[in-house]
Order: sequence, then C-alpha cells, then structure tokens
Amino acid sequence: MRGLISSAFVIILVSGLLLFTNYQLEHKTGRVGKDTITVYNWGEYIDPDLLKQFEEEEGIKVIYETFDSNEGMMGKIEQGGTAYDVTVPSEYAVQMMEEKDLLLPLDFSKIPNVTHIDPYFMNLPFDPDNKYSIPYFWGTVGIAYNASLLEGQTFESWESLWDASLRQKLILVDSAREVIGVSLNSLGYSLNSTSLQELKEATDKLETMGPNVKAVIGDEVTQLMINNEASVALTWSGQAADMISENDDINYIVPEEGSNLWFDNIVIPRTSTNVEGAYKFINFMLDPKVAAQNAEYVGYSTPNTAALPFMDEEITEDERFYPDEKARENFEVYENLGLETLGVYNELFLKFKMGLR
Amino acid sequence: MRSKNPLRFIYATPYAAWLLLFVLAPIAVIVYYSFFDLSGHLTLANYRNFFTSIYFKLTLSSFWYAFLITFFALLISYPTAYFLTKTKHKQLWLLLIIIPSWINLLLKTYAFIGLMGIYGPINGFLEAVGIGNQQILFTDFSFVFVSVYIFIPFMILPIFNSLDKINPTLLDASKDLGANAWVTFKRVIWPMTTDGVKSGIQVVFIPALSLFMVTRLIAGNKVMTLGTAIEQQFLVTQNWGMGSTIAVFLIIFMFLIMILTSGKKGGIIK
Repeated sequence: MRGLISSAFVIILVSGLLLFTNYQLEHKTGRVGKDTITVYNWGEYIDPDLLKQFEEEEGIKVIYETFDSNEGMMGKIEQGGTAYDVTVPSEYAVQMMEEKDLLLPLDFSKIPNVTHIDPYFMNLPFDPDNKYSIPYFWGTVGIAYNASLLEGQTFESWESLWDASLRQKLILVDSAREVIGVSLNSLGYSLNSTSLQELKEATDKLETMGPNVKAVIGDEVTQLMINNEASVALTWSGQAADMISENDDINYIVPEEGSNLWFDNIVIPRTSTNVEGAYKFINFMLDPKVAAQNAEYVGYSTPNTAALPFMDEEITEDERFYPDEKARENFEVYENLGLETLGVYNELFLKFKMGLR
Repeated sequence: MRSKNPLRFIYATPYAAWLLLFVLAPIAVIVYYSFFDLSGHLTLANYRNFFTSIYFKLTLSSFWYAFLITFFALLISYPTAYFLTKTKHKQLWLLLIIIPSWINLLLKTYAFIGLMGIYGPINGFLEAVGIGNQQILFTDFSFVFVSVYIFIPFMILPIFNSLDKINPTLLDASKDLGANAWVTFKRVIWPMTTDGVKSGIQVVFIPALSLFMVTRLIAGNKVMTLGTAIEQQFLVTQNWGMGSTIAVFLIIFMFLIMILTSGKKGGIIK
C-alpha cells in the first residue's frame, strides 16, 4: 500500500513538472503571444523554407500544424481550443464551414497579391465572389499507372478501368465521391448527381469493376506505386506528381470523359486571434515568387498566373498537371450536396466495398 | 448503511464518480445521439436502417472475422502459454512476448505492409523455396494473420496466469491415479484454465469486432467491420446518429459476449 501511494505521488509530481515545463516553453516561444500565427494545413503542403522566410520578413512566428482530412480539421476548428489563424479546406468544406459560420469574410484590400490569381479560378460556385476563400492549389482526379508493369494499356477512357486485363491490379482511393465519380463520369452523368436513379445505375456499374480492385486505401498508395507494388491507381493529380517524381515509369492521365476539378483554399477561421498576421501570411503566400517556389516544392498546380513564369517550363507546360482551357471544359467542381446525399454516396460506397473479394 | 462506518461512503465516491463520468455518461450520450437524424429530429430511422441488408451483412462479417481471429489466437496462445509455464525463466519469456504489445498498433501495422509486400522478405522467402511470388497484402489471410499477431499477447497473458496457478501436485495425483496425459489435460488442466481462456476470448473477440485501421491498411477495405462503419459515419458521412446507433449495437453485442463467457466458474469439475 505504501509503495502504491508513493508511486502514485511520483507520477503526479512528474506530470505536474512536465505540465509546468510545457507552460513555460509555450510562453517562451510566444505560442500564446501576439506576434505569432497558427497555420493549420494539410501534411506536406508547403515548402518549410517559406515559413522561415515569412518569419524573417514579417517578424511573426509561425506555428505550423497539419491535418489529414477536411472533416478532422473542421472538427478541431468547431471545438475551438487552438487559435488557428489560417487553414486550407477543400471546396466543399469551405461551403460547410461557411454554413456553420466558422469563417471570417476576407478583406481584399489587405491582400493586394490576390490579383495574381487566374480569374478562371475565382468566383466559383462554392464561394461566389470569393467572400471567404482564395484558391491555394488545384488539381484533378485521374489514373496513375506504371507502364513497365502493364501490357500497353493507356487509360484514355474511364471505361478502361473495367478491362479484364486489370484483374486484381487496380487501387482505388478510399473516398466515396471519387470512386462513384468514375462510374458517373463514364456514364456521362454529372459528378454532382443527386438523382437516386443515376447513382444506382452508377454503383451497379461500379460493382462489375469489383474483380479488378486490388485494394481501397488512402495515402499509402503513393508508396505502393513508387515501390512498383501496384500498377494502376485512381488518384489525385498532386499525389500522382509525387509518384512520378520518385519513379520514372509512372504516368498520369485524366480520361477524356471528364473529371473532378478540385481546389484547396486559404481561409481565416473564426478561431483566429491574430487576423492581421493571417492577412500578412496569405498575402505572402500569394507573392508570385513565393507561390512559384511553393508549387515546385509541393507538386500540385498553382492558380497563381504570375507565378508560372518563375517556374520550370517543364512543369508549367505539362498538360497532365496544367491542362489547357479546352481540356478543362469537361471538368466539374464538387458542390456541397448536403449531408443527406453525402450519406447516400457513402452508403452505396460501403456496399461496394463490402462486395469486394 | 447507516450503522456502517460513514467513511465507507466517502471512500466509494471517487469510484462511483469515475464510473458515472467515464462509463455511464458516455454510453448515455451515445444512446441519446442514436435517436437523432441528420437534421436533428428525434427518430427511430437509424435503428430501422441498421436492420437493412448492408449493416446486417456487415455485422455478420464482423462476427465471422472476429471469430476467426479469436480462434487462431487461442489455437496459438494456449500451447504457447502451456510451454511458457514449463520453461526455466518463464517471467522473462513472458515479458518478451508482452513487449510487442507496448509498441504502437499503427507502427506494427505499417511494418507489415513492408513485410508482406511483393518485394518484401516474406515473398523473398517464398520465391527462394520455389513457391513463387504471392499477393499477400490485401487478402483475408493477411488481415487475419496481422490481427492474430496483434492480439496474441492479450490471449496468452490470462491463460498463462491460470496455468501458472495450477498446483503441480494435482497433476502428480492425476498421474498416480492412472490418468494418461490426454485425460489429465481434459479432466484436470483444461477445467482449471477455462476462466483464463474465457477472459482471453473476451479481450480478443470484443476489440476484434471493432478493429478499423487494420482493415484499411492490411485488408485494403476488402474486409469491413463494425468499427470501420462507425469511423466512416463519424468522420466522413458525419451522420453521428447512425454512427451512434452502430455503436449501441456494438455495446449490446459486447454485453452478450461478456454474459456468455462469464458463466459459472470452475467448469466441469467442482
């Protein structure tokens, strides 16, 4: 008993000490001070050198945290707790955050560099007049494939994913709208379809793809493709760019029927305590040279037209990642379909996954 | 109560508060949420939805895989625990078996992705012995294998404890009275270890029902469990009502399993 009491006492003492040190450290590094901003971004989604450059130029310390899903990020913002000053939701998440009143309207007079953004990417349906958000990166959904492991398939059409030669080869992303989207695209329906009839038809068709599916996973696919463990994957353009930079045999194609055009957007959430700092950070990130360096580091496509001349031509003239306006005609931006329809998509997707063998 | 020491009441307070705050209250919240639909209306639709084919099939498949995992874990753990009690430095060996369970589950799972890959060491071995390269990852086999590996320490520990407690003179007595090894096991050792086996089954079967990361990383979502469905409902679909409903059923199943595996003590012989 005495041993128990004294060990409990030691544990409490150690925890208390750690808590105290943590508190001291946070105050010393100015974590809760005025000259800091907290940036909440996707993993591997910024060139860390730029954070240092910003700190030196503006004298504002950046606390950088990462998330791996829009839902997880929104959950943390909604709870409050941490004073996030800048975050980067995808387009449908911008809409959801706006509906939940989690965003501050942007004052463009404090972001002069916003003029560098391609007008094509401004004023989109998910945020008319860019009241709350500015596009950070954009991209498509397509097929990454390793030609050295295949027998000459080229994937110009989504239909090719149903081809019997891909038996147990295809890796899908664990996301309902992207996977059902393949089927919707191949049938010529909208990616924002809410018609139960169309969705049923799409999932019926999707089920016949079952024998080709090797796995339905998340970010792990990048490593599997790089290591030649997998030959075909449904993926996002930026993820494909990561694969290509590590493995020369991999190629990326957006099938001609069309695809999803997606955006991640900079916003200032309501949790912000240093709004001025957040504006400075956003304006800094939109600076053409900074945006160019960032885009080269991250590998996704930048909407910043003024940045393109500062980038390697090999990147900016690559039609796979910077498709011309004609190719973009078939692209569709996701709309927020509402939780009910999202539930329908996910239930159909769950059924599809359960049918896999 | 009145006649007893009033201090007893005070002593019990922390435990009562703990149970209330961290056991009863969360369950109550889950049950409460399960009666709401997406737009916040009171409804029984989630429960009706649970009995549709998708979730029914999901429940069946969860039980089937949890059964497989528990079965193989028991098959491996019982003999292991038995031989452990016979070794010289049994506490040391036991420690070596327990240590892997201190390592983060996700790290172990990621390690298996490498081990079971097409160019991983397991396939290297299969190639060397002439069986040839196999697709191991993303199969039923890999899922059950990795899960069994994860749960084995939890199965061994209670069985080891109950085996270790057996008084060796009982075994001598059994031998003296003419029982052979099999009869001794069947009539003496097994009945005295059923409690250990039961608690082993509890600590494996119940978490196995709700495994979720392993289903994606090792089985490529080709195996779905109730845990995966709950995760999806909360994080992706954001239908907390439906997620809670599945959780309520999971809790009910767990209670049933607890009742089934905690019957009479002592087994066949009293």
